[in-house]
Amino acid sequence: MSEDTEFEEPETGTLPLDAWHRARGARMVEFAGYWMPIQYEGIVAEHEWTRSSAGLFDVSHMGQLLLSGPDLDAAVEAVLPIDLSTLKLGQQRYSLLLDEEGGVLDDLMVSRWPDSLYLVVNGATKWDDIGHLREYLPDEITLNHLDEQALLALQGPKAADALARHAQGDLPLADLTFMKFGRYTIAGHDVTIARAGYTGEDGFEISLRGEAAAEVAELLCGEPEVKPIGLGARDSLRLEAGLPLYGHDLSPETSPIEAGLVFGINKRRRTEGGYPGAERINREIVEGTARKWIGLKVEGRMPAREGAEVFVGDAKVGVVTSGGFSPTLGAPIAMAYVASEHAGAGAALEILVRSKRLAATVVPTPFVPHRYYRGK
Amino acid sequence: MARYFTDEHEWIDVDGDTATVGITDYAQGQLGDIVFVELPGAGTALSKGGDAAVVESVKAASDVYAPIDGEVTEGNSALEDDPALVNSAPEGDGWFFKMTIGDASQLDGLMDEAAYKSFCDSL
Repeated sequence: MSEDTEFEEPETGTLPLDAWHRARGARMVEFAGYWMPIQYEGIVAEHEWTRSSAGLFDVSHMGQLLLSGPDLDAAVEAVLPIDLSTLKLGQQRYSLLLDEEGGVLDDLMVSRWPDSLYLVVNGATKWDDIGHLREYLPDEITLNHLDEQALLALQGPKAADALARHAQGDLPLADLTFMKFGRYTIAGHDVTIARAGYTGEDGFEISLRGEAAAEVAELLCGEPEVKPIGLGARDSLRLEAGLPLYGHDLSPETSPIEAGLVFGINKRRRTEGGYPGAERINREIVEGTARKWIGLKVEGRMPAREGAEVFVGDAKVGVVTSGGFSPTLGAPIAMAYVASEHAGAGAALEILVRSKRLAATVVPTPFVPHRYYRGK
Repeated sequence: MARYFTDEHEWIDVDGDTATVGITDYAQGQLGDIVFVELPGAGTALSKGGDAAVVESVKAASDVYAPIDGEVTEGNSALEDDPALVNSAPEGDGWFFKMTIGDASQLDGLMDEAAYKSFCDSL
């Protein structure tokens, strides 16, 4: 390394499964600073396979953080709008990292581990998140970035069948319901398995050492139900599930209440406050917001994509933040922020795409029903 | 009938004073599953290298450019109902549009099949 390298762009990183993806014929792209598989056999085929069977996603780019220290719950509640008094050992919950104005810095998962809290944050925002947490948390709180951990998501109606043949642990998978996690071993490797995901299907997120990732991925993809799935289908699956993607549907310019994520502001915090942005957020919960994030079914076959403007007559009333073609519905779908008076289900809107006006109707989300496992 | 290729991965079949245009097998492979094709209407004036059509895959919208100057005479209506023809038969039934040949000399700047193949191999 010479001294004049300090202005170079950081090199694109490689994740533990890099060689494994390439050996399986994945098309690799740069995403969130890493080489990641965008697709294997094709986005639609992978999408449909996940909806009907099970898909294995490599999401090792995401940030896995472990917080520990004295008065941990109080310290974390000063940063997140979460009620940790109701988060029991073995439970996971959705939360939001907010700035002082209530804008969204990231969305994340928080899990109660013994003596610590485990966070999964978005890959593209993890370095900023770490900086923000370090700034807002007391020095006595230790923040470990578990950057040697890989993260695999096994998603789909047959995910549980395939995983049950390999995961050994005290808690049977039948008792591991949505948003719970437990410790297991797979092929002798210690793993943490959460029943959660980003597709709307039943499924699991498996955190494990990077060195073990290829062996476990190979083992799971050896099951007849399981194929590896790329980021392309991950995006079309989450869109059908009506789930927001940070950096597109959520940003510092959006509030979680506009986005319909009021469940991410836990009940006690809505009255007590004491988290960044609480004044605005708690006001919006009571008074409502001027715009709302809603689902749109688009007529015809032409997709409306991120950035397309939404109109009622001559008046611009909103903007698409995610859009594409739904393989399950065989039609274009989109998510948009629109003025609240036009956000009710059934409202007829138009989307401007390349000088054409596409007719669109506000519809309830998810576009494709969630099938989370909540117990037998 | 002669077939030429552009470095933007369009093909153009020349038959007398009309031509048929589509995207190559390489292009459809890069785009992935095609869900919609927006074709120019008959009578649209095209200029070499200018926007001619838009092809939408699941993941993105991509422009298709005119290989030469000319005027659109017909769009492939089969693509309206079955845009996946572009994936299954990109250099056959999945053609995009037919056009007049405004300036035949522009064809000289395009690649033949062998040149296009080595161009793709170099990518």
